[in-house]
Amino acid sequence: MPILQPIGRTFLTFLAAVGRLSLFAANGLAHCIRPPLYLRLIGRQMIDIGYYSLPVVGLTAIFTGMVLALQSYTGFARFAAESAIPNVVVISITRELGPVLAGLMVAGRVGAAMAAEIGTMRVTEQIDALDTLATNPFKYLVAPRLIAGITMMPLLVCIADIIGVFGGYVVSIYKLGFNPAIYLKNTIDFVEFEDVASGLVKAAVFGFLITLMGCYHGYNSKGGAQGVGAATTNAVVSASILILCFNYFITEIFFAV
Amino acid sequence: MSAPTNAAAQKIEIRGLSKSFGPKVVLDGLDLDVAVGESVVVIGGSGTGKSVLLKCILGLLTPDSGSIKIDGEEVVGLRGKNRDRVLRKFGMLFQNAALFDSLPVWENVAFGLIQGSGMDLTEAKKVAIEKLASVGMTAEVGELSPAELSGGMRKRVGLARAIATTPEIIFFDEPTTGLDPIMGDVINDLIVKCVQELGASTLSITHDMASARKIAHRIAMLYHGKIIWAGPVADIDRSDNDYVDQFIHGRAEGPIQMQVRAG
Repeated sequence: MPILQPIGRTFLTFLAAVGRLSLFAANGLAHCIRPPLYLRLIGRQMIDIGYYSLPVVGLTAIFTGMVLALQSYTGFARFAAESAIPNVVVISITRELGPVLAGLMVAGRVGAAMAAEIGTMRVTEQIDALDTLATNPFKYLVAPRLIAGITMMPLLVCIADIIGVFGGYVVSIYKLGFNPAIYLKNTIDFVEFEDVASGLVKAAVFGFLITLMGCYHGYNSKGGAQGVGAATTNAVVSASILILCFNYFITEIFFAV
Repeated sequence: MSAPTNAAAQKIEIRGLSKSFGPKVVLDGLDLDVAVGESVVVIGGSGTGKSVLLKCILGLLTPDSGSIKIDGEEVVGLRGKNRDRVLRKFGMLFQNAALFDSLPVWENVAFGLIQGSGMDLTEAKKVAIEKLASVGMTAEVGELSPAELSGGMRKRVGLARAIATTPEIIFFDEPTTGLDPIMGDVINDLIVKCVQELGASTLSITHDMASARKIAHRIAMLYHGKIIWAGPVADIDRSDNDYVDQFIHGRAEGPIQMQVRAG
């Protein structure tokens, strides 16, 4: 039936795209564990992803912590449950908001930059030049970025967790009149290893997804400036969607009842 | 350019090479040989598959069928370390030089030495500065970023990178495109000088006839995916081939109908 043809064609195109992405990811990961590794490039990517993302991730985390305390107070005050605010802030930040918001911010900053850089290298034949100089582009371009993404995102999220909780603390102490010692005691007593660990695992997965999407769309870009622009947009959009999808599945794995 | 004396030994042998992109047939059973120390220039209009030919030899594209032998070894389908070993025989000057933006000029020139041969940075920098000098550039240029170079300087740096590893085979992809006539001739002279010094076999693609006449021992014309004429550079003006005549004289009228659309 003609009406089913476009549906079938779209589905096959989708499956082909998933297959290409899976092969790209497998090839990239294989080069992450197969020597030699370009340590200088890995270091440069770690600084790019970790150090230079600190301001944007820090600002996102502190304001998220602050608004979380404020919103929780307006809601919980109706049930005289204001004392639960430290617990809500620390759980929300470590389990969800820290990794997800840091992931989205880094996807916008780093994923776009990676797709643009590698895409420009593709359309200006720099990737072909790498190949002719007997240097595997996956080892030289993709593996250092994947390694940096997977290792630096948990560190960024760890810092985001601390800054986010501090944001909630500042608002609770100076605006809502909480006792600092009690607030801190409630926070530390309530938070569990699993809360922080799940957030860090999410961060590592998000780091992988962001760098994978940046590299994949950049590597496969074509058609000059317009193609590089499209690759940049696709990298950010696909990384953001995958972050939200994988966030659910990792939460399901960690906290399944 | 004077022809090599040992032209019998083939460095590159291509037989029946075919490559299509969807319904578009780009190479259609192409045959071509490049002898040891020989400089072959492939001429042909835009979109006739000259770049595809180079990319197939380098393994950047996989041909649909046919054979490509380098020093008698079949290279179609080579992967991993075997492919790297064969690629180390090659140097390539890309059309727009394809310099790495993230590296200074000297690291671009020394890239093959550092990554491919594992040479330490100090030694590689010394070699890079020597190679830059051989294409008429000073050591100060080595510290610049590729973005700071003019088109002619980029081509020279690209040439220095192509010869840095002392390759046995060098490819030149449109070496004079986008350059003024004087700079184009400077690049041609440098190519002739470098190739003679290295004794390398070269395969160039161009539609600049002045460049082809200067750097070639032998010229081959590519049309509709096949080599329709090949011969010594001195014979190009008496080829008795209407397609070659039209091309080398740059006439709009003749058997070659220009494609208006790409692909």
